[in-house]
Amino acid sequence: MASGIRDKVAILGMGCSKFGERWNDNAEDLMIEAYVEALEDAGIEKSQIEAAWLGTGIEEEHVGKSAVPLSMALRLPNIPVTRVENYCASGSEAFRGAVYAVASGACDIALALGVEKLKDTGYGGLPQRNRGSVNDLFWANASAPGSFAQLASAYSAKHGVSKEDMKRAMAHISVKSHDNGSRNPKAHLRNKINEDKVINAPIIADPFGLFDCCGVSDGSACAIVTTPEIAKSLGKKDPVPVKAMQLSASNGTEAQHNSWDGSYFVTTRAAANRAYKEAGITKPRDQISLFEVHDCFSITEFVTMEDLFISEEGNAVNDIMNGFYDADGKIPCQIDGGLKCFGHPIGASGLRMIYEMYLQMQGRAGERQRKEEPVFGMTHNLGGFPHQNVCSITIVGKEGA
Amino acid sequence: MEVGILAYGGYIPQSRLQRSEIAKAHSWFNPGLKGLAKGERAMANWDEDSVTMAVEAARDCLADFDRDQLSAVYMASTTFPFMDRQNAGIVADALNLNSSLQTLDFASSQRAGSGGLSVALQVANGGSGPILFTTSEKRLTRAASPLEMTSGDGAAAFLVGQGKVIARLLGSHTEAVDFVDHFRGEGEAYDYNWEERWVRDEGYLKIVPAAVEALLSKTGVTAAEITTFCFPVAARGVAASLAKKIGMPESAVADNLQENCGETGTAHSMVMLAQALQNSKPGDKILVASFGQGSDALLFEVTKEINSLSPRKGVSGYLARRYAETNYNKFLAFHDLVNLERGIRAETDKKTGLTTLYRNKSMIQGMVGGQCSQCGTAQFPKSNMCVNENCGAIGTQEDYPFADRVSKVNSFTADRLTYSPDPPAYYGMIQFEEGGRLMSDFTDVSPETDIKVGMPMRMMFRVKDYDNKRGFRRYFWKAAPAGASNKGE
Repeated sequence: MASGIRDKVAILGMGCSKFGERWNDNAEDLMIEAYVEALEDAGIEKSQIEAAWLGTGIEEEHVGKSAVPLSMALRLPNIPVTRVENYCASGSEAFRGAVYAVASGACDIALALGVEKLKDTGYGGLPQRNRGSVNDLFWANASAPGSFAQLASAYSAKHGVSKEDMKRAMAHISVKSHDNGSRNPKAHLRNKINEDKVINAPIIADPFGLFDCCGVSDGSACAIVTTPEIAKSLGKKDPVPVKAMQLSASNGTEAQHNSWDGSYFVTTRAAANRAYKEAGITKPRDQISLFEVHDCFSITEFVTMEDLFISEEGNAVNDIMNGFYDADGKIPCQIDGGLKCFGHPIGASGLRMIYEMYLQMQGRAGERQRKEEPVFGMTHNLGGFPHQNVCSITIVGKEGA
Repeated sequence: MEVGILAYGGYIPQSRLQRSEIAKAHSWFNPGLKGLAKGERAMANWDEDSVTMAVEAARDCLADFDRDQLSAVYMASTTFPFMDRQNAGIVADALNLNSSLQTLDFASSQRAGSGGLSVALQVANGGSGPILFTTSEKRLTRAASPLEMTSGDGAAAFLVGQGKVIARLLGSHTEAVDFVDHFRGEGEAYDYNWEERWVRDEGYLKIVPAAVEALLSKTGVTAAEITTFCFPVAARGVAASLAKKIGMPESAVADNLQENCGETGTAHSMVMLAQALQNSKPGDKILVASFGQGSDALLFEVTKEINSLSPRKGVSGYLARRYAETNYNKFLAFHDLVNLERGIRAETDKKTGLTTLYRNKSMIQGMVGGQCSQCGTAQFPKSNMCVNENCGAIGTQEDYPFADRVSKVNSFTADRLTYSPDPPAYYGMIQFEEGGRLMSDFTDVSPETDIKVGMPMRMMFRVKDYDNKRGFRRYFWKAAPAGASNKGE
């Protein structure tokens, strides 16, 4: 019987570049920015890193294939370096590689770095690209917002929530993330907005307006992990142990079998159930202190509140509108601004979420620091489309929790 | 055994461009177009071409007919999407026919439609199995040309053979005369036309009577006996003049659909024939004549079998499926008559791997999915392992065609970010009643269509992507509202 990852690995140090439209920086510059911060934070020498993972999604827009770009950027001493890609969960996958390596005992200290340089396409939104020679023959002409927007129509139909109520709750989500982003110096979008502005914005993909969509950003984030014992031997007072790390991939059921109604994420529910079990969490609504979810679009955050079993199914609107997830609410969601405002450099996003939980656990989140001392911090990173995706959930927490 | 028509089908695209809007746009340049500004013309959607329209007419024609019995598929057009790739073969593939089949294209004349039908009847008379004959046209016309006003897009299809014919062929005759009233030379996109008065006096009114009179004399039928006279030319009063000259009753002159469709090029004599059959009763004598470097004339007698023909939309049904388009700019954009800023997203390379396409041909062109022989679950696409989580059997998938199955909308969006020639791009998850689903592009969603979860959808064969760099286009199936809009302005 597998014992899971709980408390076997701890975060030794982390770094995160400023996210945004980094017109004058290459991917390499972003990587260095995140890495230098992480290495200083970890308080180790480069030579102590024994293996590294690079997470990036749309590599053809910046670094190209393989792990070599990371190895070259950091001048790593010919150690094993692996590049991983799993849609928008690529950053979480890099983290998983490093954590598993340490947990297995294959190495003592490992590094995970995610990076994306997207603002070289000449237009807003994610790069338009081919999706595989067979897929291109029959996949719908779908963009990311158009794919996720459909959650709203299916959720509305299933739960009898009016389009107006949905729009209002989605707007609340975006307003909240802008508020939070305004307190985050590394965030891409730092302006405050209001619900009317969200609701009256130009439509991108019905029912999404502009402010229902997250920023497309350049950025990088980096984690250095080791065992809790080594962390302490290196003088770390409060390393943040990993409590759970789960991944769930669609198997075609949502896309091809009529058992899925289109209003939720099959993968998120599967990964959440396993993650809570792995972390020993039985009542997530009472035990999770704060969390970051993959709010690529407002509706993704909306349904994810239920898929993570924090809001009851059909009740997300009430929790959202009651401020349950606001920065000063019961369980703050996206206290750093989320993908919405911190930004979404694909390969970096999963690591950026963990970075925020790490800072919050250590009381280092500055102006946006949660007053109540966090016990469990959760990240949810999702890639693909509602009907075929990968979902990654990571829970970190206090030592002994 | 007598030979004739066993079934008919028609197809007219949903959008009808208001001619007054075309005339209004050009009034500064050619105020004379105002004289043609009445009514509306059928306007193919951006994802329709003569092949996709032929497929729809063929589906309408074949209805519940056992497609395995077909011995040949012919297609006639002067606007084939492919100059060298058999277009009739794409139609046959979309109909999911087996490969033991003769396929052939008829082209190069406004007489290709009538000539193709004539040949199909002759072949069928020789005792082959039933033949599917389709004809379709999507004409390119210059902005501000009279042809832009009078043309329309559309298709017709006929099942031709022996046995229980709904219309028996009494005879046919062709006059071949190299009378060049217009032409389109190699590499040219548009027609070059000569003076209309000459075409009328020396062309229509001399060549057509010769063909019709020869036909009547061959068949021993008098002009007075003709119930319906189908003559496809758009010019006003020509059919009536011909009827008068030949001695056919005035009442026999069939509506040339100029008011609500426009002249569908080489397909138009056949569109009119399909329409005539739809309005006919046993005993009617339908004479159809065409014009194009001569004239084909065919005479049919409607039999009592017409009363037992299974229901179909026909030309009338598709004319009723209508959206009144008032935006002429859209027509210009669909036909590349305006240099539109399509944005960087439109630059995505749409290259098709011909190996990929061939390997997946039945899935893509025929929309054939799979059904598990162990648990009965239907799915698209077919896969090695059954999608049913409680089954998961390997290698149990049997061919399961989806194209003619009705589905319902599960979720949808209208996307203004993704590049579409007709934004917003509508798409969503559709779910088939007997199992199977697809994240599918939608088409023919008019501004009046209020897409809802649960709305019934019907699959239509359409152009998925144009590869303008290489002159290729790939086809796939899209979902269209099944009870599509038929509201007017």
